[in-house]
Amino acid sequence: MISEEECREAAELALDQLPLWVREKIGNVAVIVEDSHPRHLMGIYDPVGGVQRIVIFRDTHPNAAEVRKTVLHEIGHYFGMGEEQLQARTKMFCGCELSFGDRPNTHTCPVCLAHPGVLPVINEQAVRYALQIALALESEVAPRSIFHRKNYFYPDNPKGYQISQYDIPLARGGWLGDVRIHRVHLEEDAAKLTHVGESGRIHGSATSLVDFNRGGTPLVEIVTEPDLRDPAEAREWAQLLRTTVKQLGVSDVNMEEGSLRCDANVSVRRAGAEQLGTKTELKNMNSFRFLERGIAAELERQTALLEAGGQVEQETFHFDPRTASLTPLRSKEYAHDYRYFPEPDLVPLAPTEEMLRHAREALPELPAERRERYEAELGLPEVTARQLAFDAQLGDFFERALAVADGVEPGVLANWVAGELSAAQRHFGPDGREVDPAHLVAVARMVVEKRITHASGREVLHTLIDPGSSVGDPEEIVKARQLAAVSDASELEAIVERAIEAEPAAAEKVKAGNPKAIGPIVGAVMRETNGRADGGEVMRLIREQLGLD
Amino acid sequence: MIDRKQVLHVGRLARLELTDDEVDRMSGELSTILDHVERMNQLDLEGVEPTSHIVPLENVLRADEPRPSWPREQVLEPAPDPAEGAFRVPSPQA
Repeated sequence: MISEEECREAAELALDQLPLWVREKIGNVAVIVEDSHPRHLMGIYDPVGGVQRIVIFRDTHPNAAEVRKTVLHEIGHYFGMGEEQLQARTKMFCGCELSFGDRPNTHTCPVCLAHPGVLPVINEQAVRYALQIALALESEVAPRSIFHRKNYFYPDNPKGYQISQYDIPLARGGWLGDVRIHRVHLEEDAAKLTHVGESGRIHGSATSLVDFNRGGTPLVEIVTEPDLRDPAEAREWAQLLRTTVKQLGVSDVNMEEGSLRCDANVSVRRAGAEQLGTKTELKNMNSFRFLERGIAAELERQTALLEAGGQVEQETFHFDPRTASLTPLRSKEYAHDYRYFPEPDLVPLAPTEEMLRHAREALPELPAERRERYEAELGLPEVTARQLAFDAQLGDFFERALAVADGVEPGVLANWVAGELSAAQRHFGPDGREVDPAHLVAVARMVVEKRITHASGREVLHTLIDPGSSVGDPEEIVKARQLAAVSDASELEAIVERAIEAEPAAAEKVKAGNPKAIGPIVGAVMRETNGRADGGEVMRLIREQLGLD
Repeated sequence: MIDRKQVLHVGRLARLELTDDEVDRMSGELSTILDHVERMNQLDLEGVEPTSHIVPLENVLRADEPRPSWPREQVLEPAPDPAEGAFRVPSPQA
C-alpha cells in the first residue's frame, strides 16, 4: 500500500500535469486521502458545495502510477462522463484491475488463476462497450447470447479453456466502410507467456514465464466477411476500425500494448474464379505495417505454391516481424479441436431495451459521419475533411476550436488544425506542449485580420507548442517577438519606396514586363520589416509605385 | 460407441496419460454417456428452444469496480518452479 504522503503527492502531481484547458475548467480540486472504502473503491469524485473533491483510498493503490490513473478517472466524472466513456477497469469475469507493464502476477485472484470452486461473473461495463462496438458497426445484437468454453491446453490458459462465444454471439452482420462484418463477440484474453531460451543446455529445455496479469482481460472479437482484396486495403481497413473504436472511447486500441490485435485469414484464387481458395491464418501482427507485410508475404507464398502445382493447406502461421517470415504453428492437427460446449457457470446475456438505449446514446459521431458533415455542412475540401475525421485527436481539437471560433471561419480553422498544427505537433512529437484551442483560434484570427502574417502565425503556434519556450498566450508572444504586422500604410509605403530605390535594376525589369523580377524588391521589404509585412500587400504597393496598376 | 482411438485422442487433448486398462474403462464409460445422449435425441423436441442453462436467470452482471488482487507471494505459493515473479513452465514451443 502506498503511504499517505506519497499518495497525496502522486494525486497532486497528476492534477498539475493535466492540460491547461482541463485545469481551467475544473478550478481548484481538493485531494483527500483516506485509508480504505468498505466496498474497496479506488476513488470518489465528490463535489461538496462548489468545492471539487477527489477522495483516494490508499489500500487499493500499490503505487503512484495507480493513484494517477484513479485521479484521471475521477476527473472524467467531473466532465460528466459516465463510466461508459472511460475504459473498463477490471477483468472480464473478476474484479482484478486491468494493467499494462506492471510487475508480473500482481493483478490476479483465484478466479483468473482458475482455482477450484470459483465462479466467473460478467463485467457489466465490458458488455456495454461491446454493445457500443456492435451498434457502431451496424451489427444486429442477438436478443439472447450465451458463452461457451473453448477447450485447449496451453500454459497461457489456467482453466484449460477460454470463455468465449460460439454459435450465438453477441451480434451478427453489419458494415464498416465497404467491408461486411460477420460477427462481434465477447471473450477473455489469455495470460502472457515470455519464452526464455536457456543457452548452453540441450534443445527442448527452454522454459516460459507465465504472467497472469493479462489473463481474463475483456476482449471483443470482430470478424469480417472476406471482402478485403489486397494487403494495403487490409491495413487501411484495420486503421479505420481502430479510429472508429477509438472514437467510441471504449479502448485505447493501442497495437503496441496489445489492446488491438489482428489476425488475417488469407487465400488466393485464379483470376475469374468464383470460389475462394483454401485459407491460412496469420497471427501476431502487432502493427499495421506488419499486417500489410505479413499478408503480402503469405499471398506470395500461396501463389508460388499453386503455380508450382501444389496445394494450400489450412494452417496457422506466426508472423515474425524481424525477419518478415512466417512460421507454421506446432500441433496444428489439434488446433481446431476446441470441443466447444456451453459454459455452465454463466447464464445467458439478454441485452435489455435499456442496455441498448444506453449503448446507442453513448455512440459519438463516427469518422465516416464526421467526414460527411465536414464536407456538407462546413464546406471543407475532401482531403481536409478526411484528415480531421479520421484522426480522432486532431478532429476533437478542431471541434473544440470550432466551439470557441467566434466568427473565425471553419474552413480557416480547419486549415490551421490540419496543416500548421498537425505539422508542428509532428515536429515536436510527444514532448510538445498541448495547445489551447482558444489560442489557435486567436492565432488564426490575427492572421485573418492581417495583424500578423501567416508565417508569423506559424511562429506563434510553434512557440506555443515548443516545450523549451516560456509559456505565453498568442498576444504576448506577438508582443515579445515583435511579430505585429506593419499595418501603418504610410510606413509600409515608405519602406517599399526605399526598397525600389535600393533595387533599381529589378525595378526596371518589372517595369519592362517581367513580373518575376519583383523578387529582390519584395526581399528588401521583408528584410526591413523582419517578415512582418503582408506579402500580397507588399506586391500591390510595389506594382502601384512602379505605375503598373 | 467410443473406440480406443477416440479415447486416446481426447486424452491427448487434455494431456492425460492413460494406461491400457484406463483406456478400456473410459471407452466403456464414455460410450454409456453417449448412448444416453442418443436416447435423448430420440425425443420429439419440435418447438423446444435449446437449453444452455437450467437456472431461469439472465444478465447476471457485476459493476466494473476493482477489487484487491491477491498478493503475489500467495499467488505463487503453489507454483512448483516460480522465477522472476512468474510461473516458470516448460516452454510449449520447445
